[in-house]
Amino acid sequence: MKAEWYLTRASGAVVLILLSASVVIGIAGVGRLASRRWPRFAVDGLHRSTSLLAVVFLAVHVLTAVLDGFAPISLLDAVVPFVGAYRPLWLGLGAVACDLLLAVVLTSVVRHRLGHRAWRAVHWLAYGSWPVAVLHGLGTGSDVRQTWMTVVYVGGAASMTLGIVARAALGWPSHAARRMLALGVAGVFVLGVVVWLPSGPLGGGWARRSGTPARLLAPAGALIPDRRLLTTGHRHGGGRT
Amino acid sequence: MRIAVDPIACDAHGLCAELLPEVIVLDEWGYPVIADAKLPARLEGLARRAVSACPTLALRLKADTPAVNGSRRRTGR
Amino acid sequence: MSLPRLLRGLEDVPLDRDGHGRVHGELPADTDGRALVAELRRARLRGRGGGGFPLAIKLKAVRRGRRPAVLVVNGCEGEPLSIKDHLLLTRLPHLVIDGALALARAAGAADIRFALDEGDLVGDDMLNWALDARPELRGGRIAATVAAVPSGYVSGQETGLVRWHNEGVAAPTSVPPRVTERGIGRRPTLVSNVETVAHVALIARHGAEWFAQLGTAEEPGTALVTLAGAVARPGVYEIALGTRLGALLDTAGGAVQEIDAYLVGGYAGTWVPAPRAGALVLCEAGLRAVGARLGSGVILALPTSACPVAEMARVTRWLASESSGQCGPCVRGLGAIADAFESIAAGGARPSVLDDLTRWCRLSRGRGACAHPDGVAQLVTSALDLFSVDLLDHARHGPCDACERPPQLTVPAFALRG
Repeated sequence: MKAEWYLTRASGAVVLILLSASVVIGIAGVGRLASRRWPRFAVDGLHRSTSLLAVVFLAVHVLTAVLDGFAPISLLDAVVPFVGAYRPLWLGLGAVACDLLLAVVLTSVVRHRLGHRAWRAVHWLAYGSWPVAVLHGLGTGSDVRQTWMTVVYVGGAASMTLGIVARAALGWPSHAARRMLALGVAGVFVLGVVVWLPSGPLGGGWARRSGTPARLLAPAGALIPDRRLLTTGHRHGGGRT
Repeated sequence: MRIAVDPIACDAHGLCAELLPEVIVLDEWGYPVIADAKLPARLEGLARRAVSACPTLALRLKADTPAVNGSRRRTGR
Repeated sequence: MSLPRLLRGLEDVPLDRDGHGRVHGELPADTDGRALVAELRRARLRGRGGGGFPLAIKLKAVRRGRRPAVLVVNGCEGEPLSIKDHLLLTRLPHLVIDGALALARAAGAADIRFALDEGDLVGDDMLNWALDARPELRGGRIAATVAAVPSGYVSGQETGLVRWHNEGVAAPTSVPPRVTERGIGRRPTLVSNVETVAHVALIARHGAEWFAQLGTAEEPGTALVTLAGAVARPGVYEIALGTRLGALLDTAGGAVQEIDAYLVGGYAGTWVPAPRAGALVLCEAGLRAVGARLGSGVILALPTSACPVAEMARVTRWLASESSGQCGPCVRGLGAIADAFESIAAGGARPSVLDDLTRWCRLSRGRGACAHPDGVAQLVTSALDLFSVDLLDHARHGPCDACERPPQLTVPAFALRG
């Protein structure tokens, strides 16, 4: 079994979980949630730790995807979107999410030099990285049909939606238009994904439609089973979708 | 070394008082009241952490010059 | 030269350029910057806008900057009872312009901005009239303009003026950086009160030794004082620093009623009981002895017929509304203080109200970005000292007969800030 392939899938899921957690914890911080055992600085510390851990797992996710030789993914494709050979759009979205997350984290590291206003302006991008990462996962992921992956997506979406609603409520009604817009965008995104899924990643021939290089595809549009996988008797799905 | 707060940037989040209770207490509205004394050396690390933890970057460390009779600003009208 | 100095030549009509020249002579053509700094230091000229900061130090700081400086002549005069700056601008504008010119040359500034309250239409008219008589200041090497600043008690604050010019927001900013290092357009900015600038005009002509012929050894020179309240002839007076308040009151025709107390320093000032007032020495050192400051030079005589509690309730509410709303301790503290005074005046105050007020005064000092909360703390602390009997009386029994009398401590009609 090629460990890199499993690692990249698993770590990708972990990044999404950590990203969702970090955003929710961050919103708790803005809402000044705290208790005796979880004072404000601890909640804030947890937010920072979860984000950094997400970056670590993002690094694992990227490196293992590059090192795994099956699909032609280079290190450049991880940060420069849409130039790759493998599923350029869907992989590219991953690069976009990666860039956004890196911008958020790097500006946070140099927060004091940057000043509060500039740091805050970039920090809003964190909200944007989540839907982009989800689209990336749905478009390139091997485990879209797996139950556990669905749980991750639905759980993440639920917690993000609740978080965004809570965040929009904090400080209401100032900037009411902006808040309504954010809620609207979130709602449209969730609905849009749900509507798109059956004809998209969950539909037939997605591997070909999403831009997998031809040489990796069987004539019928599904991927050629990876011989390494066959010899180890891998069962689920029969190959990569 | 001393720790000082920018009262315009401060939004009463209170992380500073959690991290540095020896020097910072919160008033009845949640805003920090900072003792005007020099920071003891053993607290300098915590002070840096408090400065780093402030959500609005309202805290800063500064060199050792005491405030002048409680009202340091002599700005004119 | 004896008194008057600044107010020499003051008449009912504004003094034009020729008249000004007859009274004061010509301003020396090109004042050497360093020489003027030295004269100002020897003259120990301090700001007359309320802050009392030594001008020589500010001027030196601005000269140190690498970029060309900006001079702001502060005529906003937010202190409601003060009219001295308005008097100078409307009747003796050329004196102020002379001082601005000398100061600008010394500071290396080619840009002079006269800052006025946007409601001061007469001041704006008179200043522009005087500037029109000085075509060299309209687009020559040094250009002077008049800027209208939104009305407000803190609009004339130094950093607020700079922020108004930079961003259009008339509210104080935090220091660092000091405006003398980075102010309008990131250039070193010297903000100086109208009266201070007028003194510069005379020091540039006659020197520090002349300036020190009046006043005390530590505080040479003269100052303008606005006398208000129950005196025969309220208005602006020029005094030698170190004059006793009793002497000034005599000049003003004395009190017209029995006086309860004097408010020294305007609404950021200190209440002084009447028996002690006559001997009060009007200079910073003399006033410090009773815990007061000259500040913007307003002295109000509160008659016994007025109700100090009602006056304080009105003024503290106005002062709370004049907060720029940027600093928590100011917004909360001043609001709590105003609420407390109103509850005392109405008779429904908590038993702990006087202790609360003392605590809020302590919590207001030094915790804002500007000196506004400090001023209120000073005013309230001295009121708690002096008027404790009246306060307790009102807290127990509610309003008194004098509460509805016409106000002594007047405030501009104000709208609550958003």
